[in-house]
Formats: sequence, structure tokens, C-alpha cells
Amino acid sequence: MSESRKVLIDPLVDNNPITLQMLGICSALAVTTSLLPALLMCLALTSVAALAGAAISALRHRIPNNIRIIVHMTIIASLVILVDQLLKAFAFETSKQLSVFVGLIITNCIVLGRAEAFAMKNGVALSFIDGLGNGLGYSVILIAVASLRELFGAGTLLGYPILETVANGGWYEPNGLMLLPPSAFFIIGLLIWGIRTWRKQQVEKPEYQIHAVHRTEVF
Amino acid sequence: MPKEFDRDSISNTLIVAIGLSLVCSVIVSGAAIALKPIQQSNEELFRKQIILEVAGLMEPGADVRTLFESIEERVVDLESGNYAEDVDTAEMVAIPDELDLAGIGERARYIPVYHVMKNGELDQLILPVYGKGLWSTLYGYLSVAPDGNATRGLQFYAHGETPGLGDQMDKEDWRAQWDSKELYGDGDQPQVRVIKGLVPDGIDGGEHMIDGMSGATLTGNGITGLLQYWTGAHGFGPYLNNFRENS
Repeated sequence: MSESRKVLIDPLVDNNPITLQMLGICSALAVTTSLLPALLMCLALTSVAALAGAAISALRHRIPNNIRIIVHMTIIASLVILVDQLLKAFAFETSKQLSVFVGLIITNCIVLGRAEAFAMKNGVALSFIDGLGNGLGYSVILIAVASLRELFGAGTLLGYPILETVANGGWYEPNGLMLLPPSAFFIIGLLIWGIRTWRKQQVEKPEYQIHAVHRTEVF
Repeated sequence: MPKEFDRDSISNTLIVAIGLSLVCSVIVSGAAIALKPIQQSNEELFRKQIILEVAGLMEPGADVRTLFESIEERVVDLESGNYAEDVDTAEMVAIPDELDLAGIGERARYIPVYHVMKNGELDQLILPVYGKGLWSTLYGYLSVAPDGNATRGLQFYAHGETPGLGDQMDKEDWRAQWDSKELYGDGDQPQVRVIKGLVPDGIDGGEHMIDGMSGATLTGNGITGLLQYWTGAHGFGPYLNNFRENS
């Protein structure tokens, strides 16, 4: 597998930012009540991660070490404001639902983590692809969670009815819990369980082993 | 071999910091200015949509501009309570502290209100109201029947109250209570208020009371304060009084 392909594909499952690195959980809970805001959030985060990776990589030989985090934040923040302004202009309704979470991409661990760990050490094109890959890895999980939550919480997908709800004369009684943040925790937890059953190498070694103590050892 | 470039030198640090700030600020302000007209027209459309929702005219998928044609905008001079034309809507009036139940300090002297017409007759008056809740300023519209007393709806379109607690005011079943409450009792003093807990059945004055929101007493107090200000003598009181005298 070529290096750029590996950089792009790896974060989708094998090194997924949410399910393996446990980054970006906050927004994954907040914007996944329905599919449309989740899609826009994915688009926003992926474009910021890719462009920030490219920009930081282009400057990596000039960025002074002692102000590098500030430089990263400035670049990321500018890109986020740009994306936020574009959303307010062209996707106004959904940007209202996303509210503060687009702005919070600035502090999203995935973007800053990739800037620091990857873009500072690799070329522009590869850093762009790395940002893209990680953004897509985040998107895969968000889209899965949002689809489940919208389908079982409201019986719709992207606003189109799939399961006819009782309120509309159908048979499906929507599960209100799905629209509340705890359900995202459950779904992400189940996803992680599923992925680690499938990809055994992701299972971490336990940090502590429970040691059975015999009575005779205590006394 | 050329001398190695020292990226940690003070001069390079300054060049990077200043250069980056300049480039980023040009990008950010350029985007903000270029996109402003589109954003403003979105905001305007959203405000119209909220007015239609308060009036109960909004239908899913309908065109806001077409529906808004049944609504007339009129400017009210709050001091006299009469309509005004060709006035400076930027003129501000300070609110005396003891009257400032909404916590806003000052307000415009001339404020646009909206007449919702039905079959050529006045059906609802839509008044803008705003004031401090717990954390933030709440902005909304109050719909009043042509008798100047009965409420028809209240909806906020911008606020920063606690998600899950204070934002219960956006929920449909809470908003539904605002249909046919009464703003005033016998006098000119506004009576309508959000109480703590549920309104008991058959209580005296229940027509002025709205259920409190569990966990959001202070947001409820804010709503009471801003409504009492805006329907009071310093707010739309004189204007609504004209309607009450006529009916």
C-alpha cells in the first residue's frame, strides 16, 4: 500500500480518531441528534483538518518551537471562522443547530493533535491527506451515530420519514432517549466494542490485573 | 553549505508571529465582510419566519416571503402609544432603574410592530420583546389579540440560556400555554407572569399565570420581568391601552 493511501485509509477504522484515540467525543455527542447537522459538522471538521494540516506543514520549517502551539491555534482558528462564516451564509438553518460546536472545532483535539503529531514532520501533500483521512474517520463515526439516533429517535433520515411514527398515524413509537446525549455514549461504546471484536489488535492490554487473594495470603 | 536557518531566533519568531497574524486577519475579515450581505438577508428571513411562527401562520415548506405578505409593519411611538411615520428609529430612550424590569438599560423610542391581517381585519398584534434571563438576553415576539389583552403566543428566537433547563421555553408544550392568557387584570398594571411550579387548577388569577420551568426558575423570572416591562407603562402599555379601550 502506498504511503499516502495508508495515511488516508488508516484513520477510517484501524486508527480511528474517535473509537481508537478517543478524541472529539464532545462534538460527537452534541451534533448527532440528526443526520443533516452531523454531515455539515463532518464537512466543516474535515476541511479544517485538511487545510490546517497543509498550512502548518508548509510553514513547518519556519515555525519557531516556542510559539508553535499558538501558531497552530491561529491557523486553525482562522480556518474555523472562515468555515463558520460560510455556513452562516449558505446553510443558515443548520448552522443555527450546530451553534457553538463549529466554533469549538478550534479546540477539537483531532485537529490540533494531527497538526502537532503529523503536519510538523511531514510534507504538505501528505499532511493534507492525513487531515482528510482523520476528518473522514471522524465523519464515519458521526454519520453512523447520527443515522441511528435520527432513525430510532425520530423515525426519519435527513428529515424524510423512514419508520412511520405513531404521531403521524404509523406504527413506530419513537425512542426519546435516542435524542438525548446519553444515547450517543451508548452507541459509541457499542461501536467501539464491535470494532474491537472485529479488529482484535485494537484491544488494549489491561493496565491492572485483578489478583485473586487467598485467605491464607492475608493472614 | 549555507549557514543553517535558525527558526528559534527572535527575529524569525517576530516575523512569523506578525506575518501570520496579518495574513489570518485579512482572510477572516475579508470573509466576514464579503459574506455579510448574504448573512443579513438570512437573519432577516429568519426573523420573519419567527414572526410567522408566533402568529401560527408558518407551515413547513412554505415560502416565508409569500406568507409575510399578509403582515403589515407599523412603527409605534412608545411614549404616546400611537403610530408614527418617517421617524428616526435609532433614537434611544434611557429606562429609569426602578422601571427596568427587563434589565436592558435603554430602548428605542420608535419600535416596529406587526399587524397580522385575516380577511381584511386585524387578527393579531406582534410585538418585539427582549430582556435579561439568567445568562443572556432573550429576544422574542409576543402575539396579542386585537383586544390588547389576550395573548396568542410567545416565542424567543435568540438566547443563551442553559441547554435542557432554560431552553425549555422553546418547547412546544410550554409555548402552547401562551395561547389565551390575559396580560392585564382590572387596572393598567401588567399581571402576566411565569410562576414557580405548575399553575393549580381553578386558582384565582390563573388566567395570568404560566407554568414554571423545572430547573429554570431564574429564566422564568427573566421572562416575567421582560413581559411586565414591555407590556407596562414604559413599554407597549399605552399602545395596547388604545386597543383595550376600543374593545
